[in-house]
This record gives sequence, structure tokens and C-alpha cells, in this order.
Amino acid sequence: MLYAILCYADEETVFAWSKEEEAAVMGRLYAVQEPLAKAGKLGPTGRLMPTTAATTVRKGKDEPIVIDGPFAETKEVLLGFYTVDVETLDEAIAFSKQLSAVNPGSTSYEIRPFYVFHPGAVPS
Amino acid sequence: MTDLAWIDLALTAARPQAMGALLRYFRDLDTAEEAFQEACLRAIRTWPDKGPPRDPTAWLIFVGRNSGVDQIRKSARNTALPDENLLSDLSDAEAGMAERLDSSHYRDDILRLMFICCHPELPATQQIALALRIVSGISVTQIARAFLVSESAMEQRITRAKARVGKAGLPFEAPSAAERAERLPPVMAMIYLVFNEGYSAGADNSDVASLCDEAIRLARLLLRIFPGEAEIMGLLSLMLLQHSRRDARQTADGQVILLEDQDRSLWDRRQIDEALALLDKAIRHRTPGPYQVQAAIAALHARAARAADTDWREIELLYQLLEKLNPSPVVSLNRVVAFSKVRGPAEALAMLEPLAQALDGYFYFHGVRGALLVQTGQKGQAREAFSRAIALARSPAEAAHVRQELDKLKEELQAS
Repeated sequence: MLYAILCYADEETVFAWSKEEEAAVMGRLYAVQEPLAKAGKLGPTGRLMPTTAATTVRKGKDEPIVIDGPFAETKEVLLGFYTVDVETLDEAIAFSKQLSAVNPGSTSYEIRPFYVFHPGAVPS
Repeated sequence: MTDLAWIDLALTAARPQAMGALLRYFRDLDTAEEAFQEACLRAIRTWPDKGPPRDPTAWLIFVGRNSGVDQIRKSARNTALPDENLLSDLSDAEAGMAERLDSSHYRDDILRLMFICCHPELPATQQIALALRIVSGISVTQIARAFLVSESAMEQRITRAKARVGKAGLPFEAPSAAERAERLPPVMAMIYLVFNEGYSAGADNSDVASLCDEAIRLARLLLRIFPGEAEIMGLLSLMLLQHSRRDARQTADGQVILLEDQDRSLWDRRQIDEALALLDKAIRHRTPGPYQVQAAIAALHARAARAADTDWREIELLYQLLEKLNPSPVVSLNRVVAFSKVRGPAEALAMLEPLAQALDGYFYFHGVRGALLVQTGQKGQAREAFSRAIALARSPAEAAHVRQELDKLKEELQAS
């Protein structure tokens, strides 16, 4: 089953990390991903730029309107994602728990199974 | 990261909004600061055991407000000591409170907090010091170290700035749309001052260099509360682009490395990518402003894989636009530099002439003039220009850089 693991956290806190803190956290997160990557179970992962770089297209009266900023204004925002191809939900949960353990932030990991529409379009 | 380090980050992140709300409530900077300080102390005491609250900012405002009221009551010797139960269980109160906080006041509180730091009567250094203390919550010790002055001198500077701001009267009414728009330019200018204070220091003083990070953080915050303001996107983009070259613009011993000589692989790709994304967003608005144009110029440098690939023609056009938006001899000088890359040094020298009077006391003017004179083969005059530049240099690194040019010139003269 393909799962997307969506990371939600308070943006202001995460972007207040110093360069050293950031590097240390990223290093630990990377170490957690490595076994999965070696087993060929890790798909594309990404870190989202700050929400200030986001643009939203919304349904308008006549034609869609373009709005600066993220879709929803909430304290916890989507800051990154992993995609994994694992046998069971337990495996995805175990992976997320490992990520959570090495991440000092109050990040929540939402595990969402997904369908692939265009298999060829996504490099894995 | 330890628990405490994490709490520290959460407090830093919550500070501008919490301070802004407390200031609106108490209408006095010192009272608001003391109340926030007290709330932080309680957070450090209770969060490790109870876990952080769901909305740290709301928690801090609530606790800060209560402790501030206590303080006022105590000093007024008014009533009996306050009921500690008020503060003992916040979990129920929190939900409703968070909703109230998220609404209308949020952005005006933060804007006000930033705006009072850029009172026109405050000199630039006081604006920066006040903003770092009030908005960012950086300790007086650290600010003093960044400005290379004693702690007591900095303490005094900040106290004086606060007094002046207080005397002028703080703007507490909710601003109209027009007033809000008027407050943005000075706030943006103040943030850019903080950035430049860090940028001009170079990498050798880490206290100062961190001011660049702080300015970027403040600009992100400002853009988050005014997401559709193209000039804030421009300002953030500009600072990210300049900051992306941090590791490439100085040698290990502090010598300046010019843009065209920098090792571009040292530029921070992540900052450049974010900056380009922001600039794309800004341009869609079709409301050009000085920050956007400067960011667009910096972006053209960032997009060139090698110095030789730089699109100087486009850069010259952008400087023309900047001259119109923001006329100043320094902008014209930069335009001349771009112009010289397109049309050659002789025409550029002619363009430089009318600026001579306005920029006679400016280091870069004589540096640029010297470099152009070298290119046209007028070496005697070039030497004079470089000597003049060295005399006007504001830092040893600047002087050393021009001295190199001068030495090169001497060697050539001796060789011929």
C-alpha cells in the first residue's frame, strides 16, 4: 500500500531553528529514512518552503481566483511529506514513530493512503 | 534539543504576538514586557511537567495579562492579593481564548509593536536596538555585543528610545486601512536596517551576523500577516538573495570577495529558491516597488551560473526603473556599473561625471571610477581615484580591497 506521511507543525517555531539545530534534526531524520530507502520502500519526500511562498487557486464567481498564501490559516501547517510503499499500516506507523522520536518539534504525522493516477509521472 | 531549548524556541516564536497583545492591553511598554517575562517564567516552570499548551501564544497572553493585573493591583495596594486559582487551571479557558486571539487583533498588534520601533524621531541605531529588544526579545547583553558597546550604554540607549516613544504617545486605536498601509513602509525600512546591520558586519562577528536571520524572520512574520503585499515579498526575497551569498563573500581572513569573483557553488540554493518563488509571486501583482526591483536585480545575479552569464542589459534596465521609483545618486552609480558592462568604460565614465559632486565623499564612487579608468588605460587618474577611495573606506576590509587594485596598478606600471 502507498502511504503519504504528511508532517504538520507550527511554522514559526520550526523556522526559528538555528542553522546548527536544523542540520542536527535533518541528519537524524535522514538516518531514520535510510533503511526504508535501502529496502526500496521510500518514494519522493519533500520539505515545503514557508507558507509565505505559497499561492492558492480558489473557485471564484466567474473564473478561479488566485490568492497569496496557504489554503487555510492555521497555526499547524503542512511543512513536509514522505511517500512510502509498505505492506501494512503498522509499518507506516512504526516509521512515523521513529521520525517523531528524533524530531524535537511538536510535529504531527498524518498517515494517508493514496492512489496513483499517473505512475509514470512520479520519479520514485 | 532539550525540553528547555524547545520551550525557548516556542517562547521566541510566540513573542511578537503575545507582546503585541499585552501592549494593547496595558498600553505601556514596560508593563507589557514585565508581564510577558513573568508568563515566560511560569511557562518554563510548568510546561516541562504538564507538557506545552496547545496554543502557547494564547497561554502566554492569558497568563501575562493576569500577572500584569496582579502587579498593577499590588503596586496600587488596592485589594487583597489575587486568587491563584485563576491561573491554576487554564485548560478550559484556553479553547475559547484561542479563538478570540486568532481573530481581528492579531495583525494590528504585531504591526503596532513593530511600528512603534520606527518612530521618525529615533535615529536608525535606536530603531534597530529597540526592535531587537521589544519585538525579537534579544537580550541587552547580546544587542550590546552586536553593536560593540558596553551593556550599560546599550541599556541606556534602549531606555532613552522607550522614553521617546512613550512621550510621543503610542497609537492604540485600531488603524484604518489607510493608516495600516502608511505603517508598512517604515516597518519594512526598519527590518531592512536590522538586516544591513548584520550584513555589513560580515561573518566574523556571529552576534551581528545573526541579525540577518532575525530580519528575515521578522519579514516572514510581516508577510504572513499581510500575505498580499508585493513589497514585503520583495523585501524578503531581497534579503534572502543577499544572505544566500554569506559564505562566499569573504575570504577566511575577512577580505571582501566581489560578486563576480565569488565561488557560486557556496551560494545557499535553498534561500535562492525561496527568494525566486517570492519574487514570482510579487511580480504577479504588477505593483513594482524599490524592494521588488532590487530583488529582481539580485535574482538576475543568482540565476547566472557564472559571472560571465550575467544579464547586464536587464540589470541596467532595472536600475533605470529603480532610479525612477527611488531617485538617489547611489542608485545612479549602480546603474553606471551595469551600463559599463553593456556599453564599455568610456561611455560609463561620461555618465559618472554628473554624479561626482553628490558622491565625492563616497567610497564606492571613487572605487568604481578607478576601476573604469583602469579599463580605459588612464592609469595615473585611476591611482588618484583609488587613493581617494582608501581614504574614505569605512572598514579595513574595504580599504584592503582597493589597496589590492592599487598594488596591481603599480606592478603594471613598473613592468611597462
